[in-house]
Amino acid sequence: MNPKTTPWLEFEKPIVELEERIRTLEDSASLRGLDVTDEVQRLRERVMSLGREIFDSLDDWQRVQLARHPRRPTTQDYLRLIFDSFNELHGDRAFRDDPSLITGLAFLGRRPVMVIGHQKGRDTKSNIHRNFGMAHPEGYRKAMRVMELAARNRRPIVTFIDTPGAYPGLGAEERGQGEAIARNLRDMAALPVPVLVFVTGEGGSGGALAIGVGNRVYMLENSIYSVISPEGCAAILWRDRAKAADAARAMKITARDALRLGVIDAVLPEPTGGAHRDHIATAAVLKSRIIADLDELASVGAEDLRRQRLDKFLAMGIFQEG
Amino acid sequence: MSWIDQAKKGIKAITAEKKEIPDNLWSKCPACADVLYHRELARNLWVCGNCNHHLRLTTEQYRDLLCDPGTWRETHTGIISMDPLGFKDSKSYEERIKATLKKTGREDAIVVGGAEIDGLPVQLGIMDFEFMGGSMGSVVGEKIARMLLDALRERQAAIIVSRSGGARMQESLLSLMQMAKTSAVLSRLREEGVPFVSILTNPTTGGVTASYASLGDVNIAEPKALIGFAGPRVIQQTINSELPEGFQSSEFLLEHGMIDMIVPRKELRPRLAAVLHWFVDGRDVSVPRAGLG
Ligand SMILES: [Zn+2]
Repeated sequence: MNPKTTPWLEFEKPIVELEERIRTLEDSASLRGLDVTDEVQRLRERVMSLGREIFDSLDDWQRVQLARHPRRPTTQDYLRLIFDSFNELHGDRAFRDDPSLITGLAFLGRRPVMVIGHQKGRDTKSNIHRNFGMAHPEGYRKAMRVMELAARNRRPIVTFIDTPGAYPGLGAEERGQGEAIARNLRDMAALPVPVLVFVTGEGGSGGALAIGVGNRVYMLENSIYSVISPEGCAAILWRDRAKAADAARAMKITARDALRLGVIDAVLPEPTGGAHRDHIATAAVLKSRIIADLDELASVGAEDLRRQRLDKFLAMGIFQEG
Repeated sequence: MSWIDQAKKGIKAITAEKKEIPDNLWSKCPACADVLYHRELARNLWVCGNCNHHLRLTTEQYRDLLCDPGTWRETHTGIISMDPLGFKDSKSYEERIKATLKKTGREDAIVVGGAEIDGLPVQLGIMDFEFMGGSMGSVVGEKIARMLLDALRERQAAIIVSRSGGARMQESLLSLMQMAKTSAVLSRLREEGVPFVSILTNPTTGGVTASYASLGDVNIAEPKALIGFAGPRVIQQTINSELPEGFQSSEFLLEHGMIDMIVPRKELRPRLAAVLHWFVDGRDVSVPRAGLG
């Protein structure tokens, strides 16, 4: 990531500019030996209040932008900041390795876990390599392969969801995108080990859910989760992709909505200004949750884990009866 | 009376209506534009005599095509969509449901029930494209889950006839979760050796393709059905070029290994019966191969 060229969102610019002013002030003051403590203190307070002002009243479309923020931490960042080691495992053993979804053997302290996550790029070049985090069938098949490997070896599974969706292309359809996702949904439900799911950025449709059938499912505060992208929904129902903000509001895609609908277990807080403003603090929140859950689920038997996961998803849905 | 009760009264009124086919009723084949008389179409299971295009069947027509006469009993009725998100585009979802209930006379985009096929007790679900494009929301997911749990408990084969545009956008995340819910139950059928046959008809796309429709122990498609995950228009926009001829057709899926067989409607019942017998009682009821052409 190049901090100079990676863009900021329109609504966070006032804060970023103020912070820049503080830095410039401090730099020039130390150069000239001046005391600017009071001025800096005043500006810092202004940053805080401005931050609260902006981030306490985010609308749904602003959250979509935060969830997609080019500076937002990715699975690789979490791997580095949460886990003590990581050995990546590649390939679905049938067609190829899909770089838009990474999997591997990780250690969290002394706990061996299997980690799986979508991977976006940071710039045009890496995004092309990672296909913008949109996996092909072989990505989901790789994920299922390593999940079954974890199951056979009684290792818990942690997944990070951050994808616009499964890739809609010729090759993906030829190789059975639908079947690959469907099989993951079916076989994840049967896993005899703990599965922890974290929606960290974009939870885009079936491509997100394909690694999302967990005993516990969490969303970061500014992440989103929906059946179709706001642009896709707008194109179909409004016949206008530009109405994406309206579609985002209509589809109730925020973490708080998902909690209200009974789809996730909890919303995990982000630092003021969003996860991208403090990767370390965000990772710390995820890490403590992973450790707490792994410790709690360590004593639960395989059959109970499977039963709990099935019951959890069977209970999803809201309808009238009678 | 709540609007749900009113809608239910409407459903009864419509389904009670007897539908006779007058002699002179005809329509044009959507594929070859040939004039097709409905009397003849009905005899031909709504397949165009000229080009073999499979026109869409109603739920009742599929039921009668597949089940032994008089054996069908619908289960898990009285489950109706709510509007948990308060969803509104040009119309509110609540209004849309109300209007669709009234127009179609159905409770949602699927009916489920028990029946016998060639004497074998089965659990059957038939999707309905006329109900909001056969889209899957909470009701479709719940009905399928309950039907599959019935199949598991009774150790009866399960069958789903799919035709759907995918997950229902108006229930957003809840619709998405129905994919996991239905697939999760199928994991138990698989472990218990309870067979599941998926019948894919035109069109089967999106979240339905990415869940139960692709998970049959045997996947059967009708000829020339559109079957895929992403819609053809979305793919076209993504790759920014024309799609190859026959892309996402049943024949394309067979070639790429995603379905087991393409079965013309006329042969659907005997072929399904042969498959079910293979699983359930090991009796060979297949039509001699020469007879199948
Ligand atoms: Zn025709």
